[in-house]
Amino acid sequence: MNNLNMAKIQLNGSPHEINKGTNLNELLNKLKIKINKVAIEINGIIIEKNKYPNLILNKDDKVEIVKFIGGG
Amino acid sequence: MKDLFTIANKNFNSRLIVGTGKYKSFKETSDAIKASGADIVTVAVRRVNILDSDQPLLMDYIDPKTITYLPNTAGCYSSEEALRTLRLAREMGDWRLVKLEVLGDKKTLYPNMIETIKSTEVLVKEGFDVMVYCTDDPIMTKKLEDVGACAIMPLGAPIGSGMGIQNKTNICIIKEQSSVPVIVDAGVGTASDATIAMELGCDGVLLNTAIAEAKNPILMAESMKHAVIAGRKAFKAGRMKKRHHAKASSPQNNLI
Repeated sequence: MNNLNMAKIQLNGSPHEINKGTNLNELLNKLKIKINKVAIEINGIIIEKNKYPNLILNKDDKVEIVKFIGGG
Repeated sequence: MKDLFTIANKNFNSRLIVGTGKYKSFKETSDAIKASGADIVTVAVRRVNILDSDQPLLMDYIDPKTITYLPNTAGCYSSEEALRTLRLAREMGDWRLVKLEVLGDKKTLYPNMIETIKSTEVLVKEGFDVMVYCTDDPIMTKKLEDVGACAIMPLGAPIGSGMGIQNKTNICIIKEQSSVPVIVDAGVGTASDATIAMELGCDGVLLNTAIAEAKNPILMAESMKHAVIAGRKAFKAGRMKKRHHAKASSPQNNLI
């Protein structure tokens, strides 16, 4: 295991390891999350969907992935 | 003539808006919505469970193409949290019609009107159509209308209480003075409460717990559908005058 190739991010409030250079689309694929059913915020900034493929995640990025759930 | 329900220039058939919370399963949620006949459902925004991310989603059971999703800010206690939630909701699929709810107290879930008015103003400037959960205070609802709310949604009673409309006078005053739709949001416990809201002249009713916590939610959903229609028709028909004494229904002449 080569830790040099890994980076730690905060994903929905918990630590999460990714390969360095992972973009947002790759992260979603790995997590089996469908792109059209979520919204993503990185370090407090909402990311437009068309920017996912080119957005490379950095160490210590705070990533929030949200969805719709039942509510009143 | 068709009695359309118009919010932010969009027409809807049903004047009943239902929440999607507190159901036992997505199947039950979906069945209840169908039975209610609602065109609009409220939904909440929450974190995806990363460890369980391939589980079915609400969207798999309720198609946002056929039912209008109304993202809400339930659980938000500040303007910042509410704005963040609705901006995320918009990014999820270009939802502009939203329900704003900024709470002020965990026990009563009463709205914080200062934060609510502030948030409405910002959201309207950002191009949202904002339906606003609020107190039944005519001064506050006027302020909301002034800053551009597309619907005023005063509570009938505290959220989830099922107490029915506690202050009919205020609801009537709010309806009289508002030029945007007035929808009673929260407090409806059973069908007659929904009917009363509509008989008072409200444009719609929003409820969740009354259906979700009924012994038979699907049957209650159907009952609410009819209750709202009945109340609306009664309002449009114009009720008879109340009088203190009896007035026989059969003719008094030619008695045998």
